[in-house]
Amino acid sequence: MTLHAYDRPVSYIGASVPRPNATRLLQGRGRYVDDKVLPRMVHAAFVRSPHAHARILSIDVSAARALPGVVAIYDGADMAKVITPWVGVLTHLSGMRSPPQPALAHGVAHWQGEPVVMVIAQSRAVAEDAAALVDIDYEVLPAVCDMDTALAPDAPRIHPGLDSNLCWERKFETGAVDAAFADPTTTVVERRFTFGRHTGVTLEPRAVIGDYDPSEDRLTMHYSGQAPHMMQSVVSRHLGVPEARVRVVAEDVGGSFGIKIHTYGDEIATLAAAKMLKRPVKFVADRLESFLSDIHARDHRITARAAVDADGRLTAVEIDDVTGIGPYSVYPRSSGIEGNQVVNLTGAPYDFPAYRARLRVVFQNKTPMCQYRAVGHPIAVAVMEGLMDDLAHATGRDPADMRRINLRRDDSYPCTSPQGMRFADLSHQQCMEKLLTLMDYEGLKADRDAARARGIHRGIGLVSMVEVTNPSPMFYGVGGAPIAAQDGATARLDASGAVHVANSITEQGQGTETILAQITADVMGVTMADVHVTTGDTATVPYGGGTWASRGAGIGGEAMLQAARALRAQVLEVAGVILQAAPDTLTLVGGAVVDAATGAERITLRDLARTVYYRGNELPPGLKPELIATRHYRVTDYPFVFTNGAMASYVEVDPDTGMVKLLSHWVVEDVGTILNEKLVDEQIRGGVVQGIGGALFEECIYSDDGQMQNATMADYLVPMAGEMPDITIAHVCTPTRTSDLGAKGAGEAGTAGAPAAVMNAINDALRPLGAATLSQMPMTPERILRALGTVA
Amino acid sequence: MTGTITISLHLNGEAVTATLPARMSLVDFLRETMGLTGAHVGCAHGVCGACTVRVDGAAVRGCLMLAAQADGATVDTIEGLTDTGAIADLQDAFHRHNAVQCGYCSPGMLITAADLLDRATLPDRAEIRDHISGNYCRCTGYQAIVDAISEVATARTKGAA
Repeated sequence: MTLHAYDRPVSYIGASVPRPNATRLLQGRGRYVDDKVLPRMVHAAFVRSPHAHARILSIDVSAARALPGVVAIYDGADMAKVITPWVGVLTHLSGMRSPPQPALAHGVAHWQGEPVVMVIAQSRAVAEDAAALVDIDYEVLPAVCDMDTALAPDAPRIHPGLDSNLCWERKFETGAVDAAFADPTTTVVERRFTFGRHTGVTLEPRAVIGDYDPSEDRLTMHYSGQAPHMMQSVVSRHLGVPEARVRVVAEDVGGSFGIKIHTYGDEIATLAAAKMLKRPVKFVADRLESFLSDIHARDHRITARAAVDADGRLTAVEIDDVTGIGPYSVYPRSSGIEGNQVVNLTGAPYDFPAYRARLRVVFQNKTPMCQYRAVGHPIAVAVMEGLMDDLAHATGRDPADMRRINLRRDDSYPCTSPQGMRFADLSHQQCMEKLLTLMDYEGLKADRDAARARGIHRGIGLVSMVEVTNPSPMFYGVGGAPIAAQDGATARLDASGAVHVANSITEQGQGTETILAQITADVMGVTMADVHVTTGDTATVPYGGGTWASRGAGIGGEAMLQAARALRAQVLEVAGVILQAAPDTLTLVGGAVVDAATGAERITLRDLARTVYYRGNELPPGLKPELIATRHYRVTDYPFVFTNGAMASYVEVDPDTGMVKLLSHWVVEDVGTILNEKLVDEQIRGGVVQGIGGALFEECIYSDDGQMQNATMADYLVPMAGEMPDITIAHVCTPTRTSDLGAKGAGEAGTAGAPAAVMNAINDALRPLGAATLSQMPMTPERILRALGTVA
Repeated sequence: MTGTITISLHLNGEAVTATLPARMSLVDFLRETMGLTGAHVGCAHGVCGACTVRVDGAAVRGCLMLAAQADGATVDTIEGLTDTGAIADLQDAFHRHNAVQCGYCSPGMLITAADLLDRATLPDRAEIRDHISGNYCRCTGYQAIVDAISEVATARTKGAA
């Protein structure tokens, strides 16, 4: 008898096991940055610019300094002496420019909420008291807020050293675009879209503790974020501490979504203050300053058009995207990737020959904009899926048929899009058909039509989409950013037979540590309880990029698989010597080395480890077991891996109030190999709800002079439990050929596709009422009533 | 601003007396003075629910109540409710359903859920969604949380029958 994989007592890959590290979070035993208290620690608060654009004429801190409990006060000039400014450009985004950005505003403040003065005191409360006593005299300068007028030749310039407010422009064209649009036999649709600014609203605000030990010139950053090694490099570069003497520690992180992966002046200033004061300094953003200082997202105005021939086949797509990024391109990822993704991914699910894109990335006096969950995707998907519905309507086709005609065929891979994106192992056709079955498309249409007859306005929205995952160095590293595309994993057998693993990907609640334990336990034939996972500490984990771009499972997971396999090979080699057996006749099951043919236990991992560690004298001199292995992995064959999926929304719109009721939402996603279906599904659901937030509720509303009008949780709306639908999920599994594990990633698909699905559903519901097509997000009741002509 | 006040309360079953700034919020007192960091500060203006604790049996926003107002009260936090096992079934269900991701909302969400189950015998999904609509969760999309609460409600009803 031969042991089959299915005979093994535990097989974790693919099993929906609960997260071992979630138990303590449910018991209130999390270790978030603000939970940490260090000896002699003091607290920072910031005075922020009340103006969108203003010259700082004078700063008087005398009253603040006199307040008992105040330890130190620093302004931009003080910080400029100890922090070098940063420039958020990437060299491969040719022509991008952004001026040096200081940690604290120095001379001129460029957005409402930019930190200007830092106050450090014995408690946060005293620091805030003192901050209120800082007297700053400003000369208000013209604020450049609207991204279209910012490009006008006579617009005030935000940065005098630049000849315009343009940060970056990219134009490219493939195929015969003009000929396709000019062809009289084609049907052409065109639409203008507006995507508002929103922001992450991580429930745990940004938080940092700087802890400096001058005796060793060592700086520790307690970090609430996603990319410890990137921060280590950033901190070293700009504070002048050798990189190896900077330690970045990320324990529990209370939500991130791309917000906590950027360089923030208030955080770097906190580290600088810790270095100057030679004692720990804590800064935790309060919610009001989070709204003004966390990066914002999206903010696009787009004109797009598409053409189909008489058979309904796409012949050309064109897009013109203007996106506003605030006064600086954010360091070190730049604020160009969002727009770049939009123009790279628009139309990705479809096969068409001609494409033209123009992208302009524009400076404004608003909070900096940068990468947030599903970077650029919701925009690209909403634009293309909106056009697909317009084309269906214009040519009298069912929206599902419009997509069936144009989806890339499942047997067409590998292939390359007009933008040069290389696709492999995708399954658009399977996903769409599975979705239509899952949602009972024909039954749903009948329900919608029956409801219409009763005066109830329901609509169906369909979406096909891709999600960029597992990026190679072509994303950031090639452009000069200190951002690793590879990740590392170490697996080690201890003397008790337990396995300790460390990995450079990080956990913000996705289940990172769980999948690492699953992979390791599977390879090593142990229970998950015998796998102990470390992440988030530059002092102890291998070097790597961290968690972003849905790369944790695909890259960190593959590194973990290879490291565990290497450790397994070492164990079997040692066992072969001890047992006088060929290693390939042995395998690992149930915490022991067993005979592969019979399953008979030969030696436990514990006994093997003890022999190696304590009684090495029993081993031949030539055998030098390590019982530890490290492997790194990066994607080499493709610039990116892609997942794909299809999504649908069913909504009911009240034409009297403009309120939208989300009735149902369905997702079919191909994430490749599924390591833990429960975790994948919850990533998709959470992502869908964040996408719905941007579609219906979330918007940073600004006045013309650059004042954010709704910077509180009471005024900025996010999805709550009461408004959200249940979300039905199904899978198609096409493993990526780029790795042994085959996992593609799952973190952003929901956010990428949901806004388009909801938009198309609302427009489907309103079309019989003669409403104007809704193309502005969020689709608030007011905007819906405007589309209906109910309000002017 | 600098005035202090001395309060006595029953905190997680223990008698506690403390002198603290009169302006200190209950959640800051719990976190900073007592080291009970399970209640989290998400907004400090009473919207997000991450600081929810129990005061005299009622679910309360720890950021909207002064610590001084807790003088003489019985206060239970996630740490105390864990130790007594009072919400062990909810915690277990949240774990199995993956109704927790980053965990920052979870202590407040659990206390709000327990509050619902204390007053409603078998709430339907809409009632559950309505009751937890004062607690932000940015990670899960809420469905798993509703699943977990619904399962516990059913189990408790069966157990009581």
